[in-house]
Amino acid sequence: MSIEGQYIDIYKQYSGAIKKNSAGALNDVRDAAFERFSKRGFPTKKDEEYLYTNLAESFAPDFGMNINAVDFNVNPYENAHRYGVPGINNRIYFIINDQFYDKEEQPKAAELPEGVIICSLKKAAVEHKDIVDKYYGKASKDSKDGSVDFNTAFSEDGFFMYVPKGVRMPYPIQLTCLMTSGADQLATGRSLIIIEDDAEAKLVDSIFAQKELKFLANRVTEIFVGKRAKYEHYKVENTKRDMTNLNHVFIELEEGCNVLVNELTLLNGLTRNNVEVNFRGKDANLDLCGMALCDGEQHLDTNTIVNHWVGGCTTNELYKYVMNDKSTGCFSGTIMVAQDAQKTKGIQTNKSICLSKDARMYTRPHLEIYADDVICNHGATVGQLNNDEVFYLRSRGIPESVAKMLLMFAFVSDVEEKILIPELKDAVRMMVEKKFKGEVESTCKGCSSISACHS
Amino acid sequence: MAENNDDKIIEELANEEYKYGFTTDIDTDYIPAGLNEDTIRLISAKKGEPDWLLEFRLKAYNQWKKMEMPHWPHLDLPEIDYQAIKYYAAPKQKKSPESLDEVDPELLKTFDKLGIPIEEQKMHVEMAVDAIMDSVSVKTTNKEKLAAEGIIFCSISEAVKNYPDLVKKYLGTVVPYSDNFFAALNSAVFSDGSFVYIPKGVRCPMELSSYFRINAINTGQFERTLIVADDESYVSYLEGCTAPARDEYQLHAAIVEIIVNDRAEVKYSTVQNWYPGDKQGKGGVYNFVTKRGLCKDDAKLSWTQVETGSAITWKYPSCVLQGDNSVGEFYSVAVTNNFQQADTGTKMRHLGKNTRSHICSKGISAGRSQNSYRGLVRVSPNADNARNFSQCDSLLLGDKCGAHTFPYMDIHNDTAVVEHEATTSKISDEQMFYCNQRGISNNNAVSLIVNGYAKEVLNKLPMEFAVEAQRLLEISLENTSSVG
Amino acid sequence: MLEIKNLHANINGKEILKGINLTVKDGEVHAIMGPNGSGKSTLSSVITGNPAYEITEGEIIFNGKNIVGMSPEDISREGVFLSFQYPVEIPGVSMVNFMRTAINEHRKYKGLDPLPASEFLKLMREKKEYVELDNKLANRSVNEGFSGGEKKRNEIFQMAMLEPKLSILDETDSGLDIDALRIVANGVNKLKSKDNSTIMITHYQRLLDYIVPDIVHVLYKGKIVKTAGKELALELEEKGYDWIKKEVDGE
Repeated sequence: MSIEGQYIDIYKQYSGAIKKNSAGALNDVRDAAFERFSKRGFPTKKDEEYLYTNLAESFAPDFGMNINAVDFNVNPYENAHRYGVPGINNRIYFIINDQFYDKEEQPKAAELPEGVIICSLKKAAVEHKDIVDKYYGKASKDSKDGSVDFNTAFSEDGFFMYVPKGVRMPYPIQLTCLMTSGADQLATGRSLIIIEDDAEAKLVDSIFAQKELKFLANRVTEIFVGKRAKYEHYKVENTKRDMTNLNHVFIELEEGCNVLVNELTLLNGLTRNNVEVNFRGKDANLDLCGMALCDGEQHLDTNTIVNHWVGGCTTNELYKYVMNDKSTGCFSGTIMVAQDAQKTKGIQTNKSICLSKDARMYTRPHLEIYADDVICNHGATVGQLNNDEVFYLRSRGIPESVAKMLLMFAFVSDVEEKILIPELKDAVRMMVEKKFKGEVESTCKGCSSISACHS
Repeated sequence: MAENNDDKIIEELANEEYKYGFTTDIDTDYIPAGLNEDTIRLISAKKGEPDWLLEFRLKAYNQWKKMEMPHWPHLDLPEIDYQAIKYYAAPKQKKSPESLDEVDPELLKTFDKLGIPIEEQKMHVEMAVDAIMDSVSVKTTNKEKLAAEGIIFCSISEAVKNYPDLVKKYLGTVVPYSDNFFAALNSAVFSDGSFVYIPKGVRCPMELSSYFRINAINTGQFERTLIVADDESYVSYLEGCTAPARDEYQLHAAIVEIIVNDRAEVKYSTVQNWYPGDKQGKGGVYNFVTKRGLCKDDAKLSWTQVETGSAITWKYPSCVLQGDNSVGEFYSVAVTNNFQQADTGTKMRHLGKNTRSHICSKGISAGRSQNSYRGLVRVSPNADNARNFSQCDSLLLGDKCGAHTFPYMDIHNDTAVVEHEATTSKISDEQMFYCNQRGISNNNAVSLIVNGYAKEVLNKLPMEFAVEAQRLLEISLENTSSVG
Repeated sequence: MLEIKNLHANINGKEILKGINLTVKDGEVHAIMGPNGSGKSTLSSVITGNPAYEITEGEIIFNGKNIVGMSPEDISREGVFLSFQYPVEIPGVSMVNFMRTAINEHRKYKGLDPLPASEFLKLMREKKEYVELDNKLANRSVNEGFSGGEKKRNEIFQMAMLEPKLSILDETDSGLDIDALRIVANGVNKLKSKDNSTIMITHYQRLLDYIVPDIVHVLYKGKIVKTAGKELALELEEKGYDWIKKEVDGE
């Protein structure tokens, strides 16, 4: 049987249960998504977009899926401090595999501003039906990727955040996805984020895995940013080496908005990040960046597509990779400028360092330009640390290993600068240091968290 | 008011036509359209080929039948009916002309009109020319002078007859028949092309040049060029191409294979000016070419191309840097106008240690054309200290065209340094006004600026070709000065 | 030489010149001064036909011809030269090639044959002397990688090559050190004759110490608000523009 076959059978057998455990808009588009998935299947290396990552293979093992929404019986708030960024634990929400955790409230949580809704997506589909109906599935509808259809077909719940017109969130929201189970598990979480005109918000979206089991997360996040709104989206990946983390982020940008997406990969097994951005209104601004520190046999594949449909917008894209051991890094970026999108500015940069003989790096920074009055540049480099610089530091008495670490810090520092939440920046810095020292997996009081254990 | 002015200029210049669009009225020997094993046997028989070559062709044909046209290029590829194409057309003339008197005067006139010096006394510079019309080589000049140095320069059909061991040793070693769809097709039906052998330690005393001309209607041209530069030798080789203006498309699928042995150097320059189709995008040559060279230790291969013609261009002249310390270079100017489409670039495969490559690509798009750079740099696990630098620039003239850049960098070695830079720009209003203020017309300003933009590449061409290439750029872009 | 009558001009719909009147006779040197944003550089762009500006009213009569609506290249060929405040870089285009194209287009306009290469190169050598431009600059791309001073010398060199009837020097002194200023001014002075005229656009008096104007105008809010002899420049140097602003705004 094909890899897709087992999932097609599951859907046919259990679609009733899936729908029962979900609601509203999520169910409305489910059958159609399943039909598309049956036709398309999972992407393989034959697909130009998946040249370096055989995704279908990742779905081959016999994963458990929590179709009946069984309770995993954990209270993440008991250990909330381990999963939150120190100093900004005002509001933290949890997804357990793919279900929103709402049996308990966060103790001593700060008040949400009036009109702001943050809750389970399933619940929102009922209680805020008009909003969810309006947005759900709309940003991802043009995707040709079978794994997105898979998520839409199987996803029962997830995260919902709505910031109404003109409301400015006074603190960042944290969303933590905890992968936890007694057996190999496949999760299909979904997030829907709506930032209305003139509103402002920041979200730290992290993922952790609790045990050394095979986990596969296939998550879809849809983000809608209104006119003149400001939104920052940080993705922090710090899991285990057996985890496959497949992320699809779709963003729709309206006129004059400012959006920052920063994807930080510290530890994982196989990571595939897809980011697709559509500029729908003029004079909007996108900072799209990321850093990845890979070692062991980590495989990280980032694919970004930025479509400039309208003029006057700016994309500034910066991805930095440090590849060690037998890790593989891939970066494919496309900036497309449509014929009417005059006065577009697009800059795309991917710089990578390979630290070991067996590390691999594939980079494809692509530009597709159909308008003439544009400024578009891209640059990519793959290389090593500069020996002259290493020597310079050593000549000042700094040991080679420290010299190299300092230079690696310097190498990723411009991506760090794009972390505009100071507390998160500090936490990431500490994690980066641990990673470079090879201490990221050292268990300290059992926590594997962004709080990075100050002890 | 400024706009009216521009309109007038466009109108005046739109009348500039492809000046090589004439046809030659000459008796032609055809094999009827269609492709099957019998066609291939017939081609092979007409050329009196040995069995091993027929076998090579048949293997290639059987492979081709199993293959599909590549779908990844950024090209709107029309359906091609391979059974409607004639695979062999040759101007009727005596077998191999010993002197010019034996060459049909119509042919001489054709090449004269194209500015190709095949009458040796008329030549201004020392250059040996192999002139190829449709499927066969018409005349190779300066053979005797070259023979004195031990250099072989002749049509590949002649080489098969006279130097079968050399051809057999190298044919298909750099571009195997199974390489890609068009390479398989070419391997099955190739008609003629040039063969060059430079013996050990010899520096070829003159430029070698092949001139390709499509004349016959509904005929594919499938030439095959094989260049072998033995240890410590040097050769500079040029090719030029034109075709008549016809409403039907013409298929061209060529292969160029180059072997650059230890410490040898080959410079390969192309000025490609196949008929690009008319202003509505009707007709034109579909140009699907596989060009690849293999570099041994300390060898150097340099590709330079000026691509102004063809309705569709699909070509990636490549270097396999197998030997340690070998060097590959690729310099390209690709111009597209009207409805032309180009997907062109290079592949640099670093296999040996301390190998270096340099890529400089300048794309110019005008009209409603689509111009893509696609280039691969691959560094293998054993290619320690490989270095690559790529610069890919695009210039857009007008707001209906597209300029795309698709680099691929696959790095499997931690000592490699690979850098890629690309920019996309247009001619700025300030630059136009500055030129205008000095009395320079819009047309001349565009051509000055475009030539300046492409200078790094044009400078790599041999002198005589550089002038011609510059002129070609001007003609190709003459109706685009609506900038400013 | 030049007569500007009631000239109004816009950029992006905003009126910058609001009725300029100016007469320059053969052999005269005029200075146009004024505070920042008064429209000085706009005036030079409008005279030379920059398509970024729209002339809404008025006439520019150059040697008997109304040049309003003429293409910039024809205005150049008629003999108007602009030394740019910020000369643009044109990568890959050598100065030699650029100048030869310009010279031959000027000659064609006058019905003359192109200048043979040897004579052109001789001319280049001669004219380079005016501004002490070294050979290397002439072989480089137009303005690419030139220092500020080199760019301005290059402008005056081109002026020497094209032998204009009217030269407009737009802020030619800006960004020049004292030596470069002297070289540039010497070049301009050597090129001066009773048949050609010069308009200097400048914010400061500095350049006028070297190139002495016959007439000084003050441009303010898109109009010429004061015209006098060279002593006006000294007065402005001493007192600044505020008294003029007061005079005008007070009206």
